[in-house]
Amino acid sequence: MHSNQLTEQGHLRHFLTIEGLKRPLLTEIMDRAEQFSGIGHRQVKKVPLLRGKTIVNLFFENSTRTRSTFELAAKRLSADVMNFNINTSATSKGESLLDTLHNLEAMHTDMFVVRHNQSGAAEFIAQHVAPHVSVINAGDGCHAHPTQAMLDMFTIRRHKQQFADLRVAIVGDILHSRVARSQIQALSTLGVGEIRVIGPQTLLPRDCHTMGVHVYHDMAAGLEDVDVVITLRLQLERMQGALLPSAREYYRCFGLTPEKLRYAKPDAIVMHPGPINRGVEIASSVADGPQSVILEQVTHGIAIRMAVMSMALGSQSDFYEAEA
Amino acid sequence: MRTVITGGRVIDPASQLDTQQSIYINDGKIVAISDHLADFYADLTIDADGMIVCPGLVDLSARLREPGQEHTATIDSETRAAVAGGITTLAVPPDTDPVIDNPAVVELIEDRAKKAGRVMVLTVGALTQKLDGELLAEMAALKQAGCVGVSNGHNAIKNSVVWRRALEYASTLDLTVFINAADPWLQKQGCVHEGTVSARLGLSGIPESAETIAVSRDLLLIEQCGVRAHFHNIASGRAVKMIREAQERGLPVTADVSAHHLHLCEHDLGNYDALSHVLPPLRSVRDREQLQQGLRDGVLQAIASHHQPLDADAKLGPFAETQPGISALETLLPLTLKLVEDDELDLLTALAALTCQPAEILGIDAGQLKIGSSADICIIDPDAHFECQPGKLISAGKNSPFAGWLFRHQAAYTLFQGKLVYQR
Repeated sequence: MHSNQLTEQGHLRHFLTIEGLKRPLLTEIMDRAEQFSGIGHRQVKKVPLLRGKTIVNLFFENSTRTRSTFELAAKRLSADVMNFNINTSATSKGESLLDTLHNLEAMHTDMFVVRHNQSGAAEFIAQHVAPHVSVINAGDGCHAHPTQAMLDMFTIRRHKQQFADLRVAIVGDILHSRVARSQIQALSTLGVGEIRVIGPQTLLPRDCHTMGVHVYHDMAAGLEDVDVVITLRLQLERMQGALLPSAREYYRCFGLTPEKLRYAKPDAIVMHPGPINRGVEIASSVADGPQSVILEQVTHGIAIRMAVMSMALGSQSDFYEAEA
Repeated sequence: MRTVITGGRVIDPASQLDTQQSIYINDGKIVAISDHLADFYADLTIDADGMIVCPGLVDLSARLREPGQEHTATIDSETRAAVAGGITTLAVPPDTDPVIDNPAVVELIEDRAKKAGRVMVLTVGALTQKLDGELLAEMAALKQAGCVGVSNGHNAIKNSVVWRRALEYASTLDLTVFINAADPWLQKQGCVHEGTVSARLGLSGIPESAETIAVSRDLLLIEQCGVRAHFHNIASGRAVKMIREAQERGLPVTADVSAHHLHLCEHDLGNYDALSHVLPPLRSVRDREQLQQGLRDGVLQAIASHHQPLDADAKLGPFAETQPGISALETLLPLTLKLVEDDELDLLTALAALTCQPAEILGIDAGQLKIGSSADICIIDPDAHFECQPGKLISAGKNSPFAGWLFRHQAAYTLFQGKLVYQR
């Protein structure tokens, strides 16, 4: 049971992971987002592309930013949106994930935007939805967060115009980060010159180099001459399970301070998927400083999500043509 | 009841017999293996022309789910599946509900198995009461009730003092200890092999050291206590090496591997295929090669099903939330002989790992074709050519990752105590 996120015609049907997608498709997503990004500045912030479509935000894990940008993106495309915030305790009432899904499907939805704390959950849902329903992964466990990765690529492209000559460093908890996995895949697909990851061994996956990255345990060496610094959020529960001694020690070694940022190129941009732990993974002066593009990332999130949603629901015409 | 099996290629790995002869059975026992037996009038003649006639398979570990989870599977349903896979003897681990930690549970299982009447079902008793790893079970009573060994199943005994005492006590009673070696903390942390696939899929990994740390601790205590021990379901090449060294030092240690670990590896997880979710996890390609090598070298003496039938719901969910386990009784024989087809193993070694060697580990008189022994016989069609369809498994558990696999070998007839208990 493999869900293929592409239709037979090669269009996006689901958007579950960056893995396996080709460069032209990623470029198409960014180009389309570029077209949509003007809409936010208009008097009437809507286009009628998805009028009459029903989109369900199915969030099994807390999120404010991602959920609201998905909601806003859907509304700007004129779709009808329902939000379901299902904490895992509700599913433990005996209703399985599939029960929940089929109940919502019975309301004739066209798209599920799914966030779940288990890796592979979006893939699982995509394998079990009706053929006309699209699934967008809004983050599954430690696996993938493809729209976040695409908005990051979009932000990088806006600032650096191209990818080939770039050196990008991702700092922090790679092991538990769905954002990092999707970013690494997107950066490789887009042909970035060098991808580095920086972190202690406890927060890096085993055989990390097989993901196509250079591994550093030291900020001075890892940040040297990079064009883009991406810091990841450190979940504070990582102090349990003996992964780290303390937030203070983490900040000392891997926190992005103005001093450490000086190792990077002078025009390097600083990114963060949010929400920020100030004084843990990044210093306030860096987060709010001139090199930071963190708030731009949020703005771009809406355009990227509009692009992905319209492309996936646009490909439904492939399905209906095939049916006819 | 007199039965004769004619025209087959008779292979008995125990005696290295490989001959074209008939097997004569009377009153449940083998009376002759020869070209002709005068004055033998058979009630039943089985034409085994073109087939392999070998001892019925002996499976070192199969969970039948009864008592405790009869909604998933029963002794009746699973012994039907077993004979369809050519198995005539199997051992059940103690982690039933209630646990096999007292003679009443042994009797219950034996009664149900006798009622089903198609497979010799043997019990492995608990090492500790309720498998809680704290208090020793009444092993002498269990042995007297018929248990062929003792084990703590998948519940590792964390306390080294209890573990040592349990081994010593089992040794006193001359009981074999069956071990599922896994460091409980390293194992509990993850759901798949820690390596490239876990890194890619974002699933938490179980490092190889989860197995090797446990094997190394166990080997040291086995040596100290002088107990006879058997490792179930070895999954890493490194552990094979450690067991090899222990055997060379003369320790009374044996080990088995599952048929699925001989064929699958971490990459078979594909896109979170929950059917490949199994414990110990499917490890690297290299581990798989070393397991096959261990089998060729005789470090691993047996291939076991490690059958775990599950409800369909158990595999429906995000990977880490699904239950580990494979329904494996019916694929044990085809998968093992697929290694022969692929030139990974010779036929005699393969059949020995399914018959006389596991029987020897259990210390029972089975897995052989000899005059006077119980006529437990498997007749294999080497040209069956079939496609594995999990939905059509006889087992109540349809959880097999081998859908669509093409197999050549299949059991065509199974005899248990001279009685034809399965015919394809």
